[in-house]
Amino acid sequence: MDLNNRYIRQIILPGFGIAAQEKLGKAKVLIVGMGGLGCPVLQYLVGVGVGTIGIMDADKITKSNLHRQLLYEEKEVGRLKVEAAAIKAKAQNSSVNIIEYPFELSKNNAAEIIKVYDLVIDATDNFSAKYLINDVCVWLQKPVVFGAVSGYEGQVAVFNFSSDAKPPIHYRHLFPVQPAANEFATCEETGVIGVLPGIIGTMQAAEAIKLIADLGKPLNNRLLTYNFLAARWYEIEMNSSAEVPLIDEHFINTTNYQIVCDFTEADLEEIDIDEIDVSQFLDLKYDSNIFILDVRELHEYPTIDFSHAQIPMSVLKESIHLLPEKPIYVLCHQGIRSIYAAQLIKLHKKVEAYSLKGGLTAYFNRVSNE
Amino acid sequence: MDVQVIFFGSIIDITLVDSVLLNNCTDLDSIVNDLIERYPALANKKYFIAVNQKMVHENIKLKMGDTVALMPPFSGG
Repeated sequence: MDLNNRYIRQIILPGFGIAAQEKLGKAKVLIVGMGGLGCPVLQYLVGVGVGTIGIMDADKITKSNLHRQLLYEEKEVGRLKVEAAAIKAKAQNSSVNIIEYPFELSKNNAAEIIKVYDLVIDATDNFSAKYLINDVCVWLQKPVVFGAVSGYEGQVAVFNFSSDAKPPIHYRHLFPVQPAANEFATCEETGVIGVLPGIIGTMQAAEAIKLIADLGKPLNNRLLTYNFLAARWYEIEMNSSAEVPLIDEHFINTTNYQIVCDFTEADLEEIDIDEIDVSQFLDLKYDSNIFILDVRELHEYPTIDFSHAQIPMSVLKESIHLLPEKPIYVLCHQGIRSIYAAQLIKLHKKVEAYSLKGGLTAYFNRVSNE
Repeated sequence: MDVQVIFFGSIIDITLVDSVLLNNCTDLDSIVNDLIERYPALANKKYFIAVNQKMVHENIKLKMGDTVALMPPFSGG
């Protein structure tokens, strides 16, 4: 055995050997999403010697990515993530073949791209992509290493892979119906600590390596949830649900993955909400004839310095009757949830409702510049 | 009869605690009804249920000391 082989330290592990190394070298893995989860996945798959790695992300690097997406540098802000990531990957291991996809996964391109790969890593940050990846991989019978974070917690699992005769479990066995984008807040809205997607992404890389090299016991029938604050993993044994639809090409073609609003509130989208900008809001904020409502969750930051009421989005629907009969100005972190909240209020309370454009982020930018 | 219910992710935005101890709940449906009475917003929330770390899709009888988990989907990355 060539002791100068760069992979010697893993090859000498019991149960690994040249055979596992060769499997890794022949493998083709697609990483969808090159953010907080995708960065560590790519680094470890490159290091371990996976032969071909596709990386997909339409986004460019922003300053607020740098605390958790450690592949990227300050001077690369504004550059495409896949471009910057490919350069780092090639520098680390020139024998790995990196394929860049600087666009989003969509119904039109998903099958064409995924069918070339042996394994897909879901490192995305939204339900539209997660359900599309799931469904296309169920249809094409490709295993998925799933990862996601929420606040201080993260989930990791292997879907669509069965090591015995049982039908494989996939994401729709856990959550059959895709949630609307406004049902759950995003990392941009609720914050994320960089090391958490680092831990979950590293777990995804570990599971990918095990699947490819056929090592140990894969995470295919268990969902692991990690709590950063408690330093605890919670394991749940997954099983199949009868509610899952038959997923094939027809199902995918007829499914809407861009669900912005809860489908049970379909008429909400028809309700027009006037957005007011920060200047208009500054003129209004001490007006006693209006009601200012903050719909952020209780843990969200920063606190505001003018009088207002707070009813978090998670309980708003059930609390609308508590609101007064006057014009309501709704605020949130970025002005996204507040539009939905204003629509709900206008529909159910029949009072005028407005949304602060750009949310409290825009408000504090303006106020701190004055 | 005490059953511990534990919450994850954005479910805690509604409950504001990560666990509660419920008694007089003999089956899973009665637990869910009790929880919705305490936290009405749970009625509109997506989550799956696990009993003693095993996913459960239907109503089952519970026994003293069981742990019920409410797990929502996470979407961040």
